[in-house]
Amino acid sequence: MYHKEKSIQIKNSASALYNNLSVLRIAPRRLTYFTVVHANVVNMVSSSWDGLNYSHRQLQSKEPNVATSTSLIMQAAFCVLPSRDLLVVTSQKGIQMYESDGSIMVYWHALDTPETPTAQAVFARGICAVSENYICVGVSSGAILVFDVPSKGSNITLSEELEEHKESITDMASETSGSQECIANLVSADDEGNLCVWKSGEEFQLLNKIPGFDMSCTSAKLWKGIVVAGYGSGQIRLFEAVTGILHAEISAHARWIYSLDIAPFSGLLLSAAEDSYVRVWHLALTPETNTVEVAHLHNECVTDTQICGAKFCDGDGYAFAVTGYDLSEIIRYVQS
Amino acid sequence: MSTRTLPLLFINLGGEMLYILDQRLRAQNIPADKAKKVMNDIITTMFNKKFLEELFKPQELYSKKALRTVFDRLAHASIMRLNQASMDKLYDLMTMAFKYQVLLCPRPKDILLVSFNHMDAIKDFVKDTAGILSLVDETYQQLIEMYTPLSNGEFQLIRQTLLIFFQDMHIRVSIFLKDKVQNSNGRFVLPTSGPVPHGTQVPGLIRIFNCTGEELTRLQFSNGGNYTSALREGSFEIFGDRVTKLGTNMYSVCRPVETHMSGTSKTSAQHTKVSAAPNPLAKEELNLLARLMGGLEVEKAGNAESGFRVNLFATDEEEEEAFISRPDELSYGVINIQATKDQQTNAELAKIMGEFTEAEDHSPCSSSKGEDLLSMMDGL
Repeated sequence: MYHKEKSIQIKNSASALYNNLSVLRIAPRRLTYFTVVHANVVNMVSSSWDGLNYSHRQLQSKEPNVATSTSLIMQAAFCVLPSRDLLVVTSQKGIQMYESDGSIMVYWHALDTPETPTAQAVFARGICAVSENYICVGVSSGAILVFDVPSKGSNITLSEELEEHKESITDMASETSGSQECIANLVSADDEGNLCVWKSGEEFQLLNKIPGFDMSCTSAKLWKGIVVAGYGSGQIRLFEAVTGILHAEISAHARWIYSLDIAPFSGLLLSAAEDSYVRVWHLALTPETNTVEVAHLHNECVTDTQICGAKFCDGDGYAFAVTGYDLSEIIRYVQS
Repeated sequence: MSTRTLPLLFINLGGEMLYILDQRLRAQNIPADKAKKVMNDIITTMFNKKFLEELFKPQELYSKKALRTVFDRLAHASIMRLNQASMDKLYDLMTMAFKYQVLLCPRPKDILLVSFNHMDAIKDFVKDTAGILSLVDETYQQLIEMYTPLSNGEFQLIRQTLLIFFQDMHIRVSIFLKDKVQNSNGRFVLPTSGPVPHGTQVPGLIRIFNCTGEELTRLQFSNGGNYTSALREGSFEIFGDRVTKLGTNMYSVCRPVETHMSGTSKTSAQHTKVSAAPNPLAKEELNLLARLMGGLEVEKAGNAESGFRVNLFATDEEEEEAFISRPDELSYGVINIQATKDQQTNAELAKIMGEFTEAEDHSPCSSSKGEDLLSMMDGL
């Protein structure tokens, strides 16, 4: 179904972090941007669609106005809003927002880091863009910071702090189907496996809480009102977002799942784990019976690699890209 | 990232060090009483109360350089001496072994079982000496207290922190290559077969439910691997069967310890320096070092005869050759602390450390004292 294409070399190897690959497709310029985190550096590659041109850029997690600092980055993700695209980088010290090509930092938010380290680590993790103008970022305390982003400029403000989770946020996702019918447009996941479903607005509204099984949910997606969640147990679960009804449970992987992605136009699901496997599935919703069909389509094994990032490169799922711990390349697969 | 990583890193690396030294002491036919003294001295220093107190405080991981310096001191805690080349090789073996164990752990929580395997072996090394035994037992308690309540998500954060520390290290280890757990490019073999971790199902089942929770259909899919059901869970108590073999002693007298230096420079050149600190040792790291040196019993000059050198290589010529040909990017840049060689300087250092200890209780900010100690070391 898929075959391997030429890999893209990156300047550093990928670190073992959840969801460690972000992809931004820029159709007008026939380019795709990729970001991969290595310790305190974000490696950005811009790849032309004809495969002839690559350019690299590295972003360091140095917050402004501090002379010497090293801070490990937890995640880097592109946030696509109707008016603009931003690259958000979260670390132990705070949250940085850049123009999508990484050229200028437009916003910095510092976390409250204690003077002497505490037993509970402090960091930000879990990034997504929601509806017209919000970017949400999770924090290790379980709080979710909601930023209001204007259509241009750097006048980004912290609009709200959502306090529902008690454990560290692992991932967040917004509704990707583009459907206006879905009430819920944000899902957040934490280290205990709990999921919260929200409706965005001037004040975000909690619609539902889906309890965890004391097992970390490392990656979550929201599509056509369905929450797709990947866990440390190697399982994937599909829930109806607003009711919490369990649609399906898949014993998908033999180790911790590190990344999930959905191709919204085709309903293809991508899952990747420490067990070296990337798997492709197909989801289909049957509204009459309110059930979901899940079909397994394809496996790829990246030999001797613990995968840490996997993303579709386009909305149909025609191609996908993969990163692995200690690997200095982005591996690409294309439909045959 | 996780502020609870350092104790696990230290104890596991220390455990590997003891396995290797034990093997070399026997391979070189060092007299039993001297060998025992070395092992006991190192273990006593490792589990020094003040040192462990410092170690278990919540803190970020040390830089590679600083940690290597700590182990340099530890290896020289007794009458045994190691040349630079042997110390480099010892550290390479220790780190690659623990990297392997961390990577292969089926669940992040299993890192604690690996630590207990090391602790069990250390306990066995000192089982005849009641004093040291009680230090080891106390450490078990501390580990259990600190780590057993942690969630699997927090353990994964510890594991991710360790993996960043070990990033891009691909030194080839002879024993790993022979056992086919490491490839010739230095990367570890990750099998897609064998038992799944405790708490995980063998991949292959899709269950579909209706809205009342009833199972509608079951579908099977091919997982591409050759997995079997999980084994029983290992024990997290002071005594017990850990089940996993990771962290147990893989060396014996007839399995020599070798590393290959060639072919590793290409990958190590890509290694980015994580720590950008201008000082070779940050103040926090200095605390630990000071505590460690405070725990050292320095052999007087008169007993020079009882001291001996251990070689991690088969011959002295090999050791010399390894020292000359070690690629630059693999050097650890160890800070040379001459403390034990010069008795007078040591006395001064001890005095300052004494002051350092007392002052710490009174002043909220001990940074100036840390800097004094640092500049003192620079001047040695």
